[in-house]
Amino acid sequence: MIWQLDLVILTLVVICGIGSLMIKDLLGAAILFGAYSFMMCVLWAVMGAVDVAFTEASVGAGVSTVFFVAAVFHTTRRTKD
Amino acid sequence: MRILGILVCVATGAMLIWASGEFPPWGDPNSPASLHVSPRYIEKTMEETSVPNAVTSVLADYRGYDTMFETTVIFAAGVSCFMLLRLFSGRERSSHHYRHILTGLTLRVRRKGKQLPELEEFEPMDSLWTPYDLILRTLCRFLIPFIQLFALYVIAHGHHSPGGGFQGGVILGASMILLAISQDMRSALRRIRERTLAIFSVAGVAIYAGTGALCLILGSNFLDYAALSRIFPVDPVGARSLGIFLVEVGVGIAVMATMIVIYHNLASEGFLDEGL
Repeated sequence: MIWQLDLVILTLVVICGIGSLMIKDLLGAAILFGAYSFMMCVLWAVMGAVDVAFTEASVGAGVSTVFFVAAVFHTTRRTKD
Repeated sequence: MRILGILVCVATGAMLIWASGEFPPWGDPNSPASLHVSPRYIEKTMEETSVPNAVTSVLADYRGYDTMFETTVIFAAGVSCFMLLRLFSGRERSSHHYRHILTGLTLRVRRKGKQLPELEEFEPMDSLWTPYDLILRTLCRFLIPFIQLFALYVIAHGHHSPGGGFQGGVILGASMILLAISQDMRSALRRIRERTLAIFSVAGVAIYAGTGALCLILGSNFLDYAALSRIFPVDPVGARSLGIFLVEVGVGIAVMATMIVIYHNLASEGFLDEGL
């Protein structure tokens, strides 16, 4: 493992994770969560677990982001309560 | 309450980080897992199952039960999404949008109940996503066959390279979801109907369990693929490889159909007529 690469990836994982929790906009949160998944995928690939990285890229970063976006499209901008 | 939540979060996180200090270092050859578990699979995989990718053989053969019930979990997720979201007949949208193909004008028809008859110069469109983009549409149309080909490669080549039924199935489902997004949900549903999707998601799980049951019928344990050599012209080691392939195909079909079902129900609010 190259520690510079590791540092960048881990920092981005933490930033994306906290960002997707903190951000108010739901679409932004979904996209940030996808970015978080993709960074996790890169992390798995760096550690040599290519099968896990493949699954994370297709399920976590790919399809689940689409599901989140599809669900967010049916919400309104402001809450009613 | 908020401060209490933050406190619990921080305490749990600190304990997890503290506990992870006790782990053996990454890639340590003297850790318990690397001493006798991993070498057993790495050395014996090729002679026992003739599958070069040890991950695939562990997932589908040595730990076949785990993968079977993982597939069942995916299937259960699809069924629960369907039960929660799907609206059955009698409930209709209050309005539909149509586009005049020649001029690009958009028409909103408020008519509860029946839809307009199929007209040649008007095409139905999705209410949520109105812009029409020829470049995007054509490009996605061009791209989808290649995505599907790659997905089939991932399923079939899981023995030799990273990948397998789960990843390939997700990519195959994603290609159909891309079709539903780039065109409209009606044309995606015309390609592969809801009933077909339901049958596929059941059939995938049934293929997996059926392969196991076939081994049982042939006189071995459940999911002991070596028994398949009695009906297929392969030796017992090759039969394990064949059994893994059958199982991966089942997983791929089940995952593909489930992903499409979840997307359709989510994106169309359960009406299953128009999506994003």
